[in-house]
Amino acid sequence: MRPFVYEQPTDISAAVAIASSFTSRDDQPTRANAQFIAGGTNLADYMKLGVAEPARLLDLNRLKDPSLRQIRVTDDGIRFGALVRMGEAADHRDVKQRYPVIADSLRLAASGQIRNMASLAGNVLQRTRCEYFRETSWHCNKRAPGSGCAAMEGFNRQHAVLGTSDACIATYHGDFAQALIALDAVIHAEGSRGTRKIPFAMLHRQPGETPHMETDLAADEIISAIEVPAMPWARRSLYLKIRDRESYAFALASAAVALDLDGETVREARIALGGVATVPWRARAAEQSLQGKRLDDASAGAAADAAFAQAQPRKHNAFKIELGKRTLVRALLETRNMKV
Amino acid sequence: MDAAAPRPKENQGEPLPRIDARLKVTGQAHYPADLPTANIAYGALATGTIARGKVTKLHLDDAREVPGLLDIVTYGAMDKVDKPKFGNVGATSIAPLHDRTIFHDGQIIALAVAETFEAAEEAAQLIRADYEEETPSASFDSPGTKTIPAAGKSPLFKEDVKAGDFDAAYASAAVKIDARYSTPTQHHNPIELFSTTAYWQGDQLIVHEPSQNVTGWKVELARQLRIDPANVRIVSPFIGGAFGSKGPMTPRTAIVAVAARRLGRPVRCVTSRMQAFGTQTYRAETRHRIRIGAGKDGRITAFAHEGWEVTSRPDAYVVGGTSATGRMYDYGSVLTHVSLVQADRNTPGYMRSPPETPYVYALENAMDEMAVALGMDPVEFRRINEPKKEPIGKKPFSSRSLIQCYDQAAEAFGWAKREAKVGAMRDGDWLVGMGCATAIYPTAVAPCAARVRLTADGDVRVQCGSHEIGTGVRTVAGQMASERLGVGIDRVSVEMGDSALPPAPVSGGSISTASVCSVVLKACDAIRTKLYAAATAESGPLAGSHNEELDLADGKIVAKGGASARVEDILKTMQVGAIEEYAEFAPKGAPPEALKKLYSGMPEFHGGEQDEDAVKYAFGAEFVEVRINRYTKEIRVPRLVGAFAAGRIMNTRTARSQLMGGMIWGIGQALHEATEVDRHYARYVNRDLQDYLVPVNADVKDLQVILVPEVDHAVNPAGVKGLGELGNVGTAAAVASAVYHATGKRIRDLPIRIEQLLV
Ligand SMILES: Cc1cc2nc3c(=O)[nH]c(=O)nc-3n(C[C@H](O)[C@H](O)[C@H](O)COP(=O)(O)OP(=O)(O)OC[C@H]3O[C@@H](n4cnc5c(N)ncnc54)[C@H](O)[C@@H]3O)c2cc1C
Ligand code: SF4
Repeated sequence: MRPFVYEQPTDISAAVAIASSFTSRDDQPTRANAQFIAGGTNLADYMKLGVAEPARLLDLNRLKDPSLRQIRVTDDGIRFGALVRMGEAADHRDVKQRYPVIADSLRLAASGQIRNMASLAGNVLQRTRCEYFRETSWHCNKRAPGSGCAAMEGFNRQHAVLGTSDACIATYHGDFAQALIALDAVIHAEGSRGTRKIPFAMLHRQPGETPHMETDLAADEIISAIEVPAMPWARRSLYLKIRDRESYAFALASAAVALDLDGETVREARIALGGVATVPWRARAAEQSLQGKRLDDASAGAAADAAFAQAQPRKHNAFKIELGKRTLVRALLETRNMKV
Repeated sequence: MDAAAPRPKENQGEPLPRIDARLKVTGQAHYPADLPTANIAYGALATGTIARGKVTKLHLDDAREVPGLLDIVTYGAMDKVDKPKFGNVGATSIAPLHDRTIFHDGQIIALAVAETFEAAEEAAQLIRADYEEETPSASFDSPGTKTIPAAGKSPLFKEDVKAGDFDAAYASAAVKIDARYSTPTQHHNPIELFSTTAYWQGDQLIVHEPSQNVTGWKVELARQLRIDPANVRIVSPFIGGAFGSKGPMTPRTAIVAVAARRLGRPVRCVTSRMQAFGTQTYRAETRHRIRIGAGKDGRITAFAHEGWEVTSRPDAYVVGGTSATGRMYDYGSVLTHVSLVQADRNTPGYMRSPPETPYVYALENAMDEMAVALGMDPVEFRRINEPKKEPIGKKPFSSRSLIQCYDQAAEAFGWAKREAKVGAMRDGDWLVGMGCATAIYPTAVAPCAARVRLTADGDVRVQCGSHEIGTGVRTVAGQMASERLGVGIDRVSVEMGDSALPPAPVSGGSISTASVCSVVLKACDAIRTKLYAAATAESGPLAGSHNEELDLADGKIVAKGGASARVEDILKTMQVGAIEEYAEFAPKGAPPEALKKLYSGMPEFHGGEQDEDAVKYAFGAEFVEVRINRYTKEIRVPRLVGAFAAGRIMNTRTARSQLMGGMIWGIGQALHEATEVDRHYARYVNRDLQDYLVPVNADVKDLQVILVPEVDHAVNPAGVKGLGELGNVGTAAAVASAVYHATGKRIRDLPIRIEQLLV
């Protein structure tokens, strides 16, 4: 790990000001000289491994604004402050009741210790766990642009089948983001060019030719809150996560599902897929295929086929297409069967 | 009594809590890298990034700029030091800083030494090498590997065992199978990281390092450094998990010792979790072909087991489990052959039940396939093939309680409720499967020395250079002394893990309890003899009593008739404050030089299949229930029952704990664990606990251990069969057979993963 300067700004504008004085307009947040740290469970790990090398760390945990640490439930929806810890949100009564898919996605993530430390904003911004990205001696376009991608011909069991490119096939491993993208969440960000709202679906970028450009944020932009619109029928929602062991593992495939049902007929379906894509993945084609249909094995199967129609398998991850489909079918049927 | 402290049955000792339990849970147990050392400097390894070739140039300038850097130990620094040797005591002959040749991924290229850990790490990360690269061979099927017969390549694997005419018997068998199995690369990943702390006091070298073999290391390190072994001391009072990984010494130890000598200051080097994958040993991947032929009655007539194992280019590490699998059942005829496949990899080594885990996995999975082919209950199939004598040398078993284990485990598990038909058992969306397998581990014992002192106050001190690797050996050694000397366990202290203590063999091969307890028993009996002599002397309080009529209890010598004398008073009459005995134990039939070898750090194992009188093994039977989701196919293990018989159980609590830990590891072997090797670069890919999965608490639900009573006086004076490595043998095969029972899919390659069940 390289030596770095550590600062603890106490208000957002000061934090933004410091960040903007050490970064330039086009800097990627993950490659900038100055970077924000919240729980540190992702960033500190990558600094130790030499994957991230910020010269300056701006710790957000001393920011005074109390709303950063609050969960507010209103008629319009729910607003999570950026520094709310994963564990707190997972245990929140209203979150569990109104948005089970959010509570599940957090509860099934990481470990108790990490959930107590990690912030919600840090969670959505967590970087890929691609083994070849994590270890600096491998060729990796995301870490060292233009160097190649060792995973492409290497061991790629955990890699993505959706949203991949010839430059990068790394999976987005987070769980919470699948719930957020399914529920049309909005990110609130503050930067030197003012505050703005970013639809969650616009936050992450597919790798394309430039896998090192991971999000739409500027290097001096701080996420202040995550807002989820009110959606009474989201009480019928869940997050199903399939993994190699019962706990403390990333998803091989996961599905966030929320259903608005009229009897057994789908008025509206929200579907996002995890563990299989390079970014949080909204499966719109699958949603559309279900609209107005009776939800049963056949229609769920057709939706799953639609979701994976564009999937691109590699040597070790081809099974994720079949697994992803079955995960979605199971999630849809289990959501249908929920007693709400 | 709760589940953690099973009520002792016949020939089983009390479930005393570990004597060091409180130290461990309060952070007062000092592991080697915790031992306080003044004025310490920190070392960090720089490791290579190719698997085959040569280092043409090292770039050290950036590292030298790091504030606080003290030294870089690299090529040239080891020239006056002898190269490591491969064998029992040494992990590898690859001498990373003697030679610029690269044999494997992650080979040490330098040690950066600095004032702080952070500076050392930073400097090490800044060291870069230029290489002349060659295309490496990663594993089986890689171009450029070389396959050679294993027999005779290792002193521990002299021959391919065989018996009778396999070819003829197999050709004429009514029912037969021919199947191939494989097990992956695995790394031990003990929670305590590997570390070396070395310092010199004049000519004396002191090394703090987690070690399963302090005496062996002392001698080997002295040889490498060309100094007198009397001037080397290895200190390893507590070990935070070893599983074989801390048995053989790696080249790092001498490198750190040289760094400390160059600097004239203590140097501590803690290897990172990632670096351990390339700088330590591991369980090599194996492949198997098994053929079994049987009559329609289920009696096996022909058994063949061929194995292939990966090793490094320079060192022939042999796993070689055919010596156990070839003796497991009443086969009729046996044919075995083991081959080594040399690849560009670091040298593999011992990992908990090294030969048995992969080889018995293959055998037991095949036994289940054979039971299916015969249309027979798998337990019944094993019962039918239970041998009176082992098939290779036709020797009897010193004891063999396998059927009792099967009966008791089957009863507790509810095997009778299993529907034999594949896929017949369901629970909602979950397919239910049940399977079983045999566990076996050779019962060995080795020469060992110990010193025991009894004071007039009734305090007992036991000293023995064995190692507390988490098994509870310190506790059971204390228990033996407490029993034999008639004092409470709270009066006994036990010192281990220091080469300055009386020598003990490597803590491997499940020999420690047997070897240590046998010698502690001997030392205690020598103390008894002295006490009895004084007590029964003409003027003594128990004059006229014979030794056989005496016992020690509650600080007194008690005669059969009820007369007694206080030990304190006897010592007074002897005019001594304490009795101290130094004892040496050599197994029955050991050659005259056996004890000498103990002091030179290379004592030989006895027992297993080597003794003349009988073959010696501990056995167990494991039953597993799996649940598999009918959509997504994830496999869960809600229930395990294992019954084990291992001679005298010194302490039912620590014994259960060992067996339970083994079975949990077995779940991991079945479903989780594998080191992935990049096929093109021959490099390890998943070098941390994020991607190298082991079971977590949520994966272990209802697990029951049954300790089946067994008495065996032939194995060693303590009557103890080692059980540290028994529990994880067989588990993976039991899971595989349960998966078959649930799904009809026979998975032969470990670990069993979702993708294998989706197709
Ligand atoms: C062993 C392990 C297992 C895990 N398993 C899972 C799992 O199963 N599912 C899952 O979803 N996650 C898992 N995680 C990831 C974990 O959830 C994330 O590391 C965590 O959520 C990150 O939050 P943090 O606050 O610690 O972020 P940090 O490490 O502090 O930051 C992460 C990134 O976000 C940026 N950042 C943080 N806050 C802000 C902000 N307010 N504005 C702008 N940028 C910001 C940082 O600059 C950094 O780039 C696992 C992690 C580990 C170590
Ligand atoms: S998949 Fe992406 S992150 Fe992984 S090595 Fe390739 S470029 Fe790097």
